[in-house]
Amino acid sequence: MALDSKIPSGPMATKWTRHKQDSKLINPKNKRKYTVLVVGSGLAGSSAAATLAELGYQVKCFCFQDSARRAHSIAAQGGINAAKNYQNDGDSVHRLFYDTVKGGDFRAREANVHRLAEVSVNIIDQCVAQGVPFAREYGGILANRSFGGAQVSRTFYARGQTGQQLLLGAYSALNKEIQRGSVQMHSRTELLDVVVVDGHAKGIITRNLVTGKIEAHAGDAVLLCTGGYGNVFYLSTNAMGCNVTATWRAHRKGAHFANPCYTQIHPTCIPVSGDYQSKLTLMSESLRNDGRVWVPKRAEDIGKPAHQIREEDRDYFLERKYPSFGNLAPRDISSRAAKEACDEGRGVGPGGRGVYLDFAEAITQFGRKTIAERYGNLFDMYQRITGESAYEQPMRIYPAVHYTMGGLWVDYNLMSNLPGLHVLGEANFSDHGANRLGASALMQGLADGYFVIPTTIAPYLVTQQPGAVTTSHPEFAKAIEDCNGRIRRFLGNKGKRTVDSFHRELGLLVWDKCGMARDADGLQEALRRIPELREEFHSQVLVPGSGEAANQELEKAGRVADFMEFAELLCRDALAREESCGGHFRTEHQYPDGEAKRDDENFCHVAAWEYTGDLAKPQLHREALHFEEVHLAVRSYK
Amino acid sequence: MSLLNLHLKVWRQHRGQPGHFQDIEAREIPDHASFLEMMDIVNERLITSGQDPVAFDHDCREGICGMCSMQINGVPHGPERATTTCQLHMRHFREGDTIWIEPFRAKAFPVVKDLMVDRGAFDRIQQAGGFITVRTGSAPDANAIPIGKEVADAAMDAAACIGCGACVAACKNASAMLFVSAKAGQLNSLPQGQPEKDRRTLAMVRQMDKEGFGHCTNHYECEAACPKEISVRWITKLNRDYAAAGLREAFVGRQEAAEGGD
Repeated sequence: MALDSKIPSGPMATKWTRHKQDSKLINPKNKRKYTVLVVGSGLAGSSAAATLAELGYQVKCFCFQDSARRAHSIAAQGGINAAKNYQNDGDSVHRLFYDTVKGGDFRAREANVHRLAEVSVNIIDQCVAQGVPFAREYGGILANRSFGGAQVSRTFYARGQTGQQLLLGAYSALNKEIQRGSVQMHSRTELLDVVVVDGHAKGIITRNLVTGKIEAHAGDAVLLCTGGYGNVFYLSTNAMGCNVTATWRAHRKGAHFANPCYTQIHPTCIPVSGDYQSKLTLMSESLRNDGRVWVPKRAEDIGKPAHQIREEDRDYFLERKYPSFGNLAPRDISSRAAKEACDEGRGVGPGGRGVYLDFAEAITQFGRKTIAERYGNLFDMYQRITGESAYEQPMRIYPAVHYTMGGLWVDYNLMSNLPGLHVLGEANFSDHGANRLGASALMQGLADGYFVIPTTIAPYLVTQQPGAVTTSHPEFAKAIEDCNGRIRRFLGNKGKRTVDSFHRELGLLVWDKCGMARDADGLQEALRRIPELREEFHSQVLVPGSGEAANQELEKAGRVADFMEFAELLCRDALAREESCGGHFRTEHQYPDGEAKRDDENFCHVAAWEYTGDLAKPQLHREALHFEEVHLAVRSYK
Repeated sequence: MSLLNLHLKVWRQHRGQPGHFQDIEAREIPDHASFLEMMDIVNERLITSGQDPVAFDHDCREGICGMCSMQINGVPHGPERATTTCQLHMRHFREGDTIWIEPFRAKAFPVVKDLMVDRGAFDRIQQAGGFITVRTGSAPDANAIPIGKEVADAAMDAAACIGCGACVAACKNASAMLFVSAKAGQLNSLPQGQPEKDRRTLAMVRQMDKEGFGHCTNHYECEAACPKEISVRWITKLNRDYAAAGLREAFVGRQEAAEGGD
């Protein structure tokens, strides 16, 4: 099947406007007849559910957390980009578009990125109207800060918790619609499968995490807003519950998975402290506005306390390597530079996997009070976790898995190749290419939910007879039986090892072979070992309790089973992409100075994988990427 | 890093049934581990020895989602000030300590299992009025209404609430006033929130009462327990907003108050 991206014709700057004008409409009376299922309640899910309900559609929204407000968008710290140019520093829609395409190492779809930049300005308006308390200046207008990969200040923020504030805004919009009766909210409810009827996504199967009840829900369209797959690495900055199940189950039902090898390793996280560790904590990238990253020049200095290492013996490696962006170099580049320093034996802290992020100079220049105002909550969090004060000594940081640019393939309308299945936010692949810039995830989630899908869902829905498929269709009974079968197998297994022990083993393997640097030998080894581990998991996993009540081990087992399958596709994609770009770094493909070497002749495409029934033999489809506005160039931040 | 041996007294309960404390020995716990990582270690051992692991809510483990709860030695989120359970680390405990671990207790927070409770009441309070009615696409330019830094900062102070419910668990009356006042206060103090101020205040307080939370008797245990240090001054503001809204409703009449209220 050929992939049709449905990019509108015409000049880049008018594509979205024209597409909106040309889009089919559904009259208000008829909208009420359509039911849309929204899975996930993060920025993309909440904003989509609320906006579709405002338009008149019947919406059912699902989240596995106990409240929609707890979806993991809430943990985003730094900010949200928008091309407002309130700073008069030369920003524009075109510049945000350009920075994002370049930041993504020329592996994103231009038309989608341009639309994202266009609607970014509306997002800020919307959020302010909802009462989101963005930081402001004394005159009462909105404040901005700069962020990695950009030379303008276009990031709006709310202390160190922009994600929580934006999500609370979207959640309040959702609450307004729940109150009105137009959204039916199902919390503590997890998707187990997607139901496909006559080639269209027409429903989902869920499990009530309190009662264990398996339920079927039918809809005229399904929206997956279920986030990324970073937890395939076990240790990541994702919440414990983040998982690949919704997108993976949809993939098994026919949706193509695009560019899974594009994973973002965030440079500023608190280093791993022991094997009991359950997650890694991000320290916002905004810290790099004032913090300077360094390691000792000489390996013999690494045991010394930071203050005993003289200025001339310090290697401020980002400033040295990337003088024009310095400590604000993009995430992939900063992460690799930190890894290199540690690989050279110059890493600091226990295990030698850490670099310093030093605020001494900023504290001298601006005073401790100003630094506390800017980053106080982050410094507090650092102290709680490490027991160290970043006012007194430099922070120790190390890269960690943070975000996944890959996801289900979608066309310009955010619909996957499986008709009816729409994918929003981190769960799709479309806007960030091979690397996402800081403060762009929140922008994309809200763009998709508030402004894109409300327009682009109509062209699909008008082709559908509302309510034509109900849960009495035999496909629902079949899907329920599949889900019950999986649950019975887990509970009846009586193995010897816990779910977590398998998850940890899988994560270490994937991090080792398909983490910050990858090569063919390592990936092939991972592809041999993952199926073995998967087999061992299914024969040896021990899941206690029953299916008829709250059972967190059973929930985890289902998620890890899907990670065990997904991991193979991740490594296969990384092996097939014989180039380095953004977050995907193949050691075979680099310039003599260690920079990533892209291969535009052979790999300027989206790799969309089709499930064939055999995990070892997925079918690759390519969507060629065409660059009309931004010319393909070596991505340099020097 | 050192290892700790601890005696845990953990509340075990199935939904709708009576609960009890179970003694669990937690041996060789790394002091760098977080409290929830200690629970993970305990659960791994319970599972492999054929016992039922302890159910507890958690998700982001970085102190912002508000999912983790637990009453630790009688204090919501444990002994560290301004710290959620997930951010509490074992270095704050001593070798041989006995630790009592219970769910957040309140009539309005029924136990789901062990340490998990149902905080759906918080969602319903916000559904009753915790929003500004603004349709997507209908907003004016973000800088059209200047908002003084002090006002914006105060709204942000209230907005920092993570909805965990520690304030309710800390209160002897299981009152939700700190939570509701922070939620209403954020919107009531901003210019955008003025048109619906009365309606919001009355609806949220009435829903709070309906959910079975107790009254506030000004003991301020809530503020002491709040991991985000929400100030009880918001309760004062809510009381004021509620009184004014109630008066307007009584004297002007609900309909007129709604139509041209202020």
